[in-house]
Amino acid sequence: MKARVTVTLKNGVLDPQGKAIEHALSGLGFDGVGQVRQGKVFDIELTGTDKAKAEADLKAMCDKLLANTVIENYNVAIT
Amino acid sequence: MKSAVVLLPGLNRDRDMIAALTKISGQVPATVWQTDTEIPDVDLIAIPGGFSFGDYLRCGAIAARMPVMRAVAEKAAKGVMVIGVCNGFQILLEAGLLPGALMRNASLKFVCRHVKLEIANANTMFTRRYQPGQIIRSPVAHHDGNYFADAETLARLEGEGQVVFRYAEGTNPNGSINDIAGIVSEKGNVLGLMPHPENLIEAAHGGSDGRALFEGALGIAA
Repeated sequence: MKARVTVTLKNGVLDPQGKAIEHALSGLGFDGVGQVRQGKVFDIELTGTDKAKAEADLKAMCDKLLANTVIENYNVAIT
Repeated sequence: MKSAVVLLPGLNRDRDMIAALTKISGQVPATVWQTDTEIPDVDLIAIPGGFSFGDYLRCGAIAARMPVMRAVAEKAAKGVMVIGVCNGFQILLEAGLLPGALMRNASLKFVCRHVKLEIANANTMFTRRYQPGQIIRSPVAHHDGNYFADAETLARLEGEGQVVFRYAEGTNPNGSINDIAGIVSEKGNVLGLMPHPENLIEAAHGGSDGRALFEGALGIAA
């Protein structure tokens, strides 16, 4: 089983890196770029076959390590 | 008064912290390694600055999950003083011993310079040798010192006097909310701060404004 965990900054948390990327994109001539927010993607291989357990484990992984829930949200997708 | 210094791979201010504690207290601090599950009987535990685990994932995130941090949490719960400087502050936040988070500096630049700090609360075991509102000088050296907390947490910190150090007006080097440079826990025995008081304790450093923090915490005469 493979999973993709996406970690993004919560709304209202300033993202200076996203802001810098946004400016760089417009500097390259890309018109019509609104706000850019930078996040992280984790591709995780899982050895088990129980999807429900994997989902619960992945959420625990996010809460305990992968995301800092003070400033970040996360999304878990199993493929 | 006895102290201990936490060692983790990637920290680089550990020797500065050990030197400062030795010079000020007259006793060489014990050192504890990341895998240690016991910390000797001490009055103060210091987590120095640096780049533990290469700042992988988030600053302090991996270090905060090492066995030694469970031991630090147990000691903190018993009222032992804990001070985390720079990366040490990031580790304390990631370990949940202090509220909030430290994000990338608003300028996106690493800042390494002296700033002015205002003593926002002189009524803590770490700041009792300073005057309320006193402005002191301190070095800073960090890339991720932009303190953030949600509105509710921030109101609680401000209301309970848990904001201990603030960048004096016009010197905020990282965009931190309310100019916060250092906070204490609810019980007041855990302090986290971005500036490096251990690097300004004697004439050779060009000043000694940081010395009173350790003297106050360790109950040593000035």
